[in-house]
Amino acid sequence: MAEEAIKLGGKKKSIFMDKVKELLPEGGNLNLCLTCGACSSGCPATGLEGMDPRKFLRMAALGMDEEIMSTPWVWMCTMCQRCIYVCPMKIDIPQLVYNARASWPRDQRPKGILGSCDMALRNESRSAMGTSPEDFSFVVGDVLEEYREAQPEFAEMEAPIDKEGAEFFLNQNSREPVTEPDEMVPLWKILHLAGVNWTYGSKGWGGENYCMFLADNDAWETLARTTINQADALGCKTYLNTE
Amino acid sequence: MRKSYGDPIAEDLRFVVKSVVGEENFIDMVPNRSNNYCCGGGGGFLQSGYKDQRLAYGKLKDDQIKATGADYCIAGCHNCHAQIHELSEHYGGHYPVVHLWTLICLSLGVLGPREREYLGDDLKEVNVFHPEME
Repeated sequence: MAEEAIKLGGKKKSIFMDKVKELLPEGGNLNLCLTCGACSSGCPATGLEGMDPRKFLRMAALGMDEEIMSTPWVWMCTMCQRCIYVCPMKIDIPQLVYNARASWPRDQRPKGILGSCDMALRNESRSAMGTSPEDFSFVVGDVLEEYREAQPEFAEMEAPIDKEGAEFFLNQNSREPVTEPDEMVPLWKILHLAGVNWTYGSKGWGGENYCMFLADNDAWETLARTTINQADALGCKTYLNTE
Repeated sequence: MRKSYGDPIAEDLRFVVKSVVGEENFIDMVPNRSNNYCCGGGGGFLQSGYKDQRLAYGKLKDDQIKATGADYCIAGCHNCHAQIHELSEHYGGHYPVVHLWTLICLSLGVLGPREREYLGDDLKEVNVFHPEME
């Protein structure tokens, strides 16, 4: 809770919230707040940076655009949507947060998120670690071969990349092939034992999308389209997201 | 799990977990399902640089996990795993945090020695598949 009352400077100037309302179905219900506080009482981000979801929404409604668009709190709300779930009016506060993120100059957004997004834009893996399709293919092949030999019960196990007509398209968090490749194996085993027809993609195998977290819409779309297009091109029926 | 796919899919996962560990060994945290709290690993928080705030955010999750008295916490994705693993160390609970695939393969008897990074000492040596691979 704030120590001092918030002073409003003159007339209402809420341009930001009006803009976000235009983007959302039913205006995200942003003007329906009953100020009950159910959102804030169950939000783990309540109190960080002196902010909470109700306060954030009320400040937006009061036209405090400068404060809304500059508080680092928007990078501490994970947009988990619990606040929508408990809200009697189903107000989309996370979208307000997302659009506040998007209002930050790109180069001033958190470096780690920015860097991970830019890494994913480097090549068609769309991996936040910048791993190339060739490196991914090498690691998967190498690990698979080792396990087929060392654990003969799994001599027939597969970890295909770009298998046409596979039922399932599986993505992969890029930290596993890069830093702990053995952690990929248990999932391969389960898929093998279940007789699942699946494949990775040489393009768009990276499971994480830091461009979405960065609130960079164009880059987010680039990442999402790469992976979906690859799944479509291979004729896969189901997209399995491991993240 | 609730966030992206909703409660029905989360129920399917409960079935899997109970089948793997035994019904009597499954403890739900409180609150659960759609009333549960985010662990704080999502939304880019892990890479945002706001570490102190991220750990403060995760205190609620750590308290929830400790309150169950469970020996293990299962994380649904890599992001949650990284965050909860750090919470376990940071707040001194030292409960192991595992991926679901690890427990499925352990229960199937096909978990090799190098696939056990996140198992606790109590399970590290249990039913090792091809132990000579170490």
